[in-house]
Amino acid sequence: MKIGVVTFPGTLDDRDAARAVRHAGGEAVSLWHNDAELHGVDAVILPGGFSYGDYLRCGAISRFSPVMEPIIDAANGGMPLLGICNGFQVLAEAHLIPGALTRNHELHFLCRDQKLTIENTNTAWTSSFTQGQEILIPLKNGEGAYMCDDETLAMLEDEGRIIARYVGENPNGSRNLIAGITNERGNVVGLMPHPEHAIDSLTGPSADGLAFFTSVLKAMVK
Amino acid sequence: MAKIVVDVMLKPEILDPQGKAVAAALPRLGFTFAKDVRQGKRFEIEVDGEPTAAQLAEVEAAAEKLLSNPVIENFTVRVEK
Repeated sequence: MKIGVVTFPGTLDDRDAARAVRHAGGEAVSLWHNDAELHGVDAVILPGGFSYGDYLRCGAISRFSPVMEPIIDAANGGMPLLGICNGFQVLAEAHLIPGALTRNHELHFLCRDQKLTIENTNTAWTSSFTQGQEILIPLKNGEGAYMCDDETLAMLEDEGRIIARYVGENPNGSRNLIAGITNERGNVVGLMPHPEHAIDSLTGPSADGLAFFTSVLKAMVK
Repeated sequence: MAKIVVDVMLKPEILDPQGKAVAAALPRLGFTFAKDVRQGKRFEIEVDGEPTAAQLAEVEAAAEKLLSNPVIENFTVRVEK
C-alpha cells in the first residue's frame, strides 16, 4: 500500500509523516508540490508546517499548487486524504471540508501534548480506534481555531462528522472543541493535532497516533 | 497608472483575536476612543491606464478565489486615483 506524503515549500512534518506510514506497515512515497502526478499512491497525507510561510492565509497558496489538482480529483473520487495541521488548513482552503481555521483565541502559538477523544471511527483514518477512545498526541499551531457558521456546525454535529474533540479546556477557541472533522464520505479527514509525532514512546508522548495510519492501511485492503 | 484596492475583513460574526489585542492595547496608551477594533488586509493592485469594467470583474473573481476566504471573510473592490 503506497501512501503519498506531499512536500510544499515550508512543509516541516513530511519526514515524520512518512516515518509514521512506514511504522504502520505502509510504503511512503514523497510527492512534490510542483509535480502534478500522484505516482500511483493509494492515499495522500498533507503534513504540517508553514507552507509558503503562511502568507496570505495558512494554506491559501499551497491549495493552488500543481499537485493539489490530482489530489482534489482523487479525493472527490474517494481516495483517502488526511490533512494534519497546515494540511487541515489546505483542505479547508480547497473546500474539501467545510469551515476554516483561524488564529488561536489567545493569540499564542501552542506546543504541547493534548488529550483528544475520538468521536467517529467510521472514517478511512479512524477505524482502528474505538468510539470515545481518549488519546494523547502533540498539538502545535498558531491558527488552529476551527470556525464555521451555525448551520455548518449543526450539520457536522448531526452527521457525526466531528472525528476528534479536545478534552478539557479549549486550547485554541475551536467551535465545540473541534480538533478534527471529516467530509461527507469519510475519506477526507482534517486534524489539527499531530498523530505522526506520537507513533512510539521513544519519540512521542504515546503511540496513540499510529492508529490513524494503520486505519488507512486497513481501509485500503478492504 | 491606476490602483485597484481590495480590502478584506473578517466577517462580523468571526472572532478577531488580533483586533481584540489591539483594542486592549489602546487604552493602556491613553487612547480611550475605541469601542471595538477589527483588523483586516488591504491589497493594492497596480494596472496600466484606467481600469476597465472587465479588469475590475477579474479582480473581483481573484478576490473571491484567492485574496479572501469567503467562508470567513468579506471583501470590497474599489479604484483609487
